[in-house]
Amino acid sequence: MADDRDRDEIAVAEFHKKIKEAFEVFDHESNNTVDVREVGTIIRSLGCCPSEGELHDLIAEVEEEEPTGYIRFEKFLPVMTEVLLERRYRPIPEDILLRAFEVLDPAKRGFLSKDELIKYMTEEGEPFSQEEMEEMLSAAIDPESNSVLYKDYITMMVIDEN
Amino acid sequence: MNSPNLEDMGCGTSSATKDKKSEKALKAALVIQNWYRGYRARLKTRQRYALTIFQSIEYADEQGQLQLSNFFSFMLENYTHVQEKEPGLVTRLFGSSIQDKDRQDYLELIEIPDSYCGPRLQFPLTFTDIDLLIEAFKQQQILHAYYVLEVLFETKKVLQQMPNFTHTNTSPSKEITICGDLHGKLDDLFLIFYKNGLPSVTNPYVFNGDFVDRGKNSMEILMILFVSFLVYPNDLHLNRGNHEDFMMNMRYGFTKEILHKYKMRSVLMPPIPMDGDRAEKKNKLGTTTVAQGIRTSGSFSEQLTKQEWEQVIDILWSDPRGKRGCYPNTNRGGGCYFGPDITSKILNKYQLKILVRSHECKPEGYEICHDGKVITVFSASNYYEEGSNRGAYIRMSSGTTPRFFQYQITKATCLRPLYQRVNAIESSAIRMLKERMISRKTDLIRAFQLQDRNKSGKLSMGQWAFSMENVLGLNLPWRSLSSHLVTTDKDGNIDYMSGFQDVHIQKPVKEVQSTLIETVYRYRSDLQIIFNIIDSDHSGLISMEEFRSMWKLFKSHYSVHIDDSQFDELAERMDLNKDGSIDFNEFLKAFYVVHKFDQLTKSDTKLA
Repeated sequence: MADDRDRDEIAVAEFHKKIKEAFEVFDHESNNTVDVREVGTIIRSLGCCPSEGELHDLIAEVEEEEPTGYIRFEKFLPVMTEVLLERRYRPIPEDILLRAFEVLDPAKRGFLSKDELIKYMTEEGEPFSQEEMEEMLSAAIDPESNSVLYKDYITMMVIDEN
Repeated sequence: MNSPNLEDMGCGTSSATKDKKSEKALKAALVIQNWYRGYRARLKTRQRYALTIFQSIEYADEQGQLQLSNFFSFMLENYTHVQEKEPGLVTRLFGSSIQDKDRQDYLELIEIPDSYCGPRLQFPLTFTDIDLLIEAFKQQQILHAYYVLEVLFETKKVLQQMPNFTHTNTSPSKEITICGDLHGKLDDLFLIFYKNGLPSVTNPYVFNGDFVDRGKNSMEILMILFVSFLVYPNDLHLNRGNHEDFMMNMRYGFTKEILHKYKMRSVLMPPIPMDGDRAEKKNKLGTTTVAQGIRTSGSFSEQLTKQEWEQVIDILWSDPRGKRGCYPNTNRGGGCYFGPDITSKILNKYQLKILVRSHECKPEGYEICHDGKVITVFSASNYYEEGSNRGAYIRMSSGTTPRFFQYQITKATCLRPLYQRVNAIESSAIRMLKERMISRKTDLIRAFQLQDRNKSGKLSMGQWAFSMENVLGLNLPWRSLSSHLVTTDKDGNIDYMSGFQDVHIQKPVKEVQSTLIETVYRYRSDLQIIFNIIDSDHSGLISMEEFRSMWKLFKSHYSVHIDDSQFDELAERMDLNKDGSIDFNEFLKAFYVVHKFDQLTKSDTKLA
């Protein structure tokens, strides 16, 4: 029992250090605060994949009563530790991602046209900003066919992350 | 909810299917968006980590630079042989004096051959000369040394007459443009002039120092700026940065660029008396203050006192931070960190509104802090590596808010996808970090083994991170970087020796001890600078005797514990002895890092 507790404590301590590292990289003034617009990036860099809605809720939890535009580390740490301990917002497995593309390609052509991708990403779900859309296209579009060969795209991204 | 059932309304199953379909599409889109946002965030973070690595190493090197300055004082006190034989060395180290009456002597030494087809300047300079230079430099021509010297002497003469602080007026119809560090990146200057227009009476500029070092066109930038200054002395303002310094230039590339482009004997760049490193804007009365620093005038006897020099370092090296108060800038080893309270106090005291400074590379080219009172502007895009950061400039005038303009030079006609750019800078940063690690291998292993009681070869993440930070002196996110540097087992423990597996320092001679090789590799920049200074005739050779005594002094000042006999043996075995002299460039070139999984066999880190 005592060993379990020790192990938990060590795990929490390691989480704390990991969170601190991720936070510090965005703490430009070295005063334990980050711009609220970068909190999403920090949370995702720690391996979590909240939706925009879930992110919005998380930010509300770590913001000050009167939002200042900055998030303090003291508020961020406990909330983020809980998220990591509970393994919330797990990332999407590769096969689910592939199936999602296949849903959008019911004719099973193996690709999505550029326009189709733009339409889905900017009109459905939690729409992309123009910047997000452009960035995705720059990597996803196969220049020869001017379409998104989604299977290749996914494979390439997964390799890049590992 | 009382929305009618679609089937009741007689729409039939087709609508229901359509709804189900669009619901599926919605879910699919959500999955893809969610995944992409996560992926993109991790890319941005990796980019940020790479930048942090570059920056940490740069600042650690700056510490080394200040340590080297101390070494020179130490050396001169102990190296009596040098002092007696080469009094010129003292002058070179601590600033020299070129009286104006020597100007003609220097110019008479140089002849412009008829074959010279580079730009020819006409004194007194006019805006035509600015255009001429820009066109010539676009074609990669080199300005002849004769003109370079003329410009330098003329600039020095004008600058010496100017006060430390310049006030200039702005108005909504006459905005002023402020640029930050350029660091020899000529393309960035061209881009600024293209987007923002050339300097003129109606288009004034402030350049906030650090014109030279690191980039490969420091000379060209300096010439364009100086010529523009001579043509428009009241509308082109030059502030001094910490790189406008003889010693910095030796380490960070400007001196090397000059020697390479001009191949002249006894090139003695007169230390340019320049100005401070901040532009302070006074919005209230419609005037703008451009701060300048301490003037160093011509004669040796008017050198700065130690206290004055410390003030100069404070102005040129300090960084704003969030913590209140003023405390030593431990990252850089010089200057201080100053907090928002200090900023408020100073601005209030002198009735100023904003402090615009440079000196720190920012990913977006600029950054605002201290409640909007401090702006950092940095104009060298891709400073560390292609894709590392954008550059920016500011346009402002009294009564208006500053406007920021960002840009990024790219070699290709269109930007590569983000993941490729991130991969590129990440590999470059990790490579630099590994070379750092290998140059401190002995110390690192000692620190690891101290913690590894069971001699298992493994450490916990916390233990490994602790040693890495302590020995290397780099404040980096070690846990996040560990996957690039070492192998971790399934329990999360780190095999610390794996960090040295695919890198090693090439041994120029087999029989010599690794620790000596490592030490020479680690201090190669410092040694290069020291040798260059001793080598007064720029022959690339120093005598064996000087080589040995230099090494002895170096050893004691840097507390390096290497046997003298080892070093002698190394020097002899390398057989670089040319009639009792050592070719030190060949000597230092022989120490480089080999990355196992690399097409290149030589390290291509940006060594000055």
